[in-house]
Amino acid sequence: MTIATLDVTMVLPARSRWWDWTRRNPTIVIGCVILMFFFVVALIAPLLAGDPLGFDPLNRLKGPSADFWFGTDQFGRDVYNRVIYGTRVSLIVGVSVALVATAFGVVVGVLCGYYRRVDDIVMRVMDGLMAIPAILLAIALITLMKASLLIVIVAIAIPEIPRVVRVVRSVVLTVRGLPYIEAAVAAGTRNLVIIGRHILPNTVAPLVVQATYVCASAILTEAGLSFLGAGTPPEVPSWGNVISSGRTYFQLSPWIIFFPGLMLAIAVLAINLVGDGLRDSLDPRIARRM
Amino acid sequence: MTAYIIRRLLATIPVMVVVAIFVFLLLHLTPGDPAAVIAGDDATPEAVDGIRTKLGLDQPIHVQFGIYAANLLRGDLGTSIFSNLPVLTLVKQRLEPTLVLAASTLVMAVLLAIPMGVLAAWKARTFIDRLVMGFSVLGFAVPGFLVGYLLIYVFAIELKWLPVQGYRPLSQGIDQTARSIILPALALSMAYMALIARMTRASMLDVLSQDYIRTAKAKGVATLIVLLRHALKNAAVPIVTVIGIGLTLLISGVVITETVFNIPGLGRLTVDAILKRDYPIIQGLIILFAGAKVLVNLLIDISYVFFDPRIRY
Repeated sequence: MTIATLDVTMVLPARSRWWDWTRRNPTIVIGCVILMFFFVVALIAPLLAGDPLGFDPLNRLKGPSADFWFGTDQFGRDVYNRVIYGTRVSLIVGVSVALVATAFGVVVGVLCGYYRRVDDIVMRVMDGLMAIPAILLAIALITLMKASLLIVIVAIAIPEIPRVVRVVRSVVLTVRGLPYIEAAVAAGTRNLVIIGRHILPNTVAPLVVQATYVCASAILTEAGLSFLGAGTPPEVPSWGNVISSGRTYFQLSPWIIFFPGLMLAIAVLAINLVGDGLRDSLDPRIARRM
Repeated sequence: MTAYIIRRLLATIPVMVVVAIFVFLLLHLTPGDPAAVIAGDDATPEAVDGIRTKLGLDQPIHVQFGIYAANLLRGDLGTSIFSNLPVLTLVKQRLEPTLVLAASTLVMAVLLAIPMGVLAAWKARTFIDRLVMGFSVLGFAVPGFLVGYLLIYVFAIELKWLPVQGYRPLSQGIDQTARSIILPALALSMAYMALIARMTRASMLDVLSQDYIRTAKAKGVATLIVLLRHALKNAAVPIVTVIGIGLTLLISGVVITETVFNIPGLGRLTVDAILKRDYPIIQGLIILFAGAKVLVNLLIDISYVFFDPRIRY
């Protein structure tokens, strides 16, 4: 039976094999398609929408219509324009935080897993960092510094680092005890080469999964921070800022909150779908259960 | 057992020390002059100096740390820059709504999510299972404030069943409090329920495939008893863990939910402190919330012993 299937796969043209993979991982494909849509929107935002900052005092708090698809806010700014441009901010924050947190997490995690003396001290610091609720840590950092997109990214990335460190460290600890590492050490391989060539490749799969979750949680945190007034500067049209500006007028004009909120939910959903799909296909042991 | 609890208690000390040092360093390691940032853009040099003196930033760093550590050990979380009240006093004033909200959310989430998870595992791969899993995927993605505003829109504005915003203290009668807390607790529990339902289902699926479950079924034990007494009890450890993890995640949610529903709790205190850049309050709240998180983790670890007597320390 196995041999038969194998033969079929070999004979089938490339497109069918791709289709087969798609059918086995529908969540990854659906998630990726939605994400591609958001990336395209972010890239060509100036073509899709007008000025996100343009005031129009005559059209304040107008409901969704043919002229203003998503309605207007209290300054007469077009919510559609702001939501389209907000896609850029949210994606930049999500991707940058995932990259920054992963980069730092890998370095610290490898050091902790490989050098036992570093481990004791650094893991205590990581435990302490993890005890602080992420949003409060970000709030504290932002309160002490001038609000800017960069500060927001750093402030959201710092509390995410310990989560990445834990993943990397546990992989390194497991791999380190395996015979082939022992063999590499015995052969006189330099530590850097052992880490780079023999240990790091093992961390890629769990890291990719973790990075998608970090990305999703960063987008939600940015929206939450901006909603509270501690996120990206108010003049930057991020989804969180649009929602925040609609807070006071919510009973009168719920669309200011509804549309950016919907985009936020769809984007996070798509990232989570990709993350769940990757986790299941990379670790079949969990797939059976979750 | 006692030895384990004592050891576990001692292990929380370094964590809290790290938190305290980190919060202290935050004020000093951030680039730029924190006093100037806190004072705001249009502050006079005198005002900036005033804040610098109040925060003790004009003293050598080791002296500052000494004062800070001594105060913390005496339970003094600092003093608000603007109201000049001790942070602890402000916290006490705002504690009730937050505790009521957190407790209602916990109860609501556990009571709704565990049956959902059990049902999904029992009816695995059916429509009901898909529904529960779909809900749990959505629950993670939809931000709390969106759920909050949707709930207000449907139940308070359109149907007029419940108050739109605000909080009634327990002293005005528990029914009033309950009416004002249902929607916020529901909004806050959405992600939490998703987490618990998912873990309950996964853990139950594992247990339901065990031989002793088949034996119990074969003996003719009623399905409900098999599910609850035989399966759920043995599936409890991961569920309790995830309830604890979720409880610590609630802390971030509380800040946002209280803002959506205009509840004068610790979350509002945080937001007001952000707007006024009242750093000592934020500093005190971080230590307090981190302490709460550490305490919850401690309780989870200890609770394992009760759910699974096989675990021995």
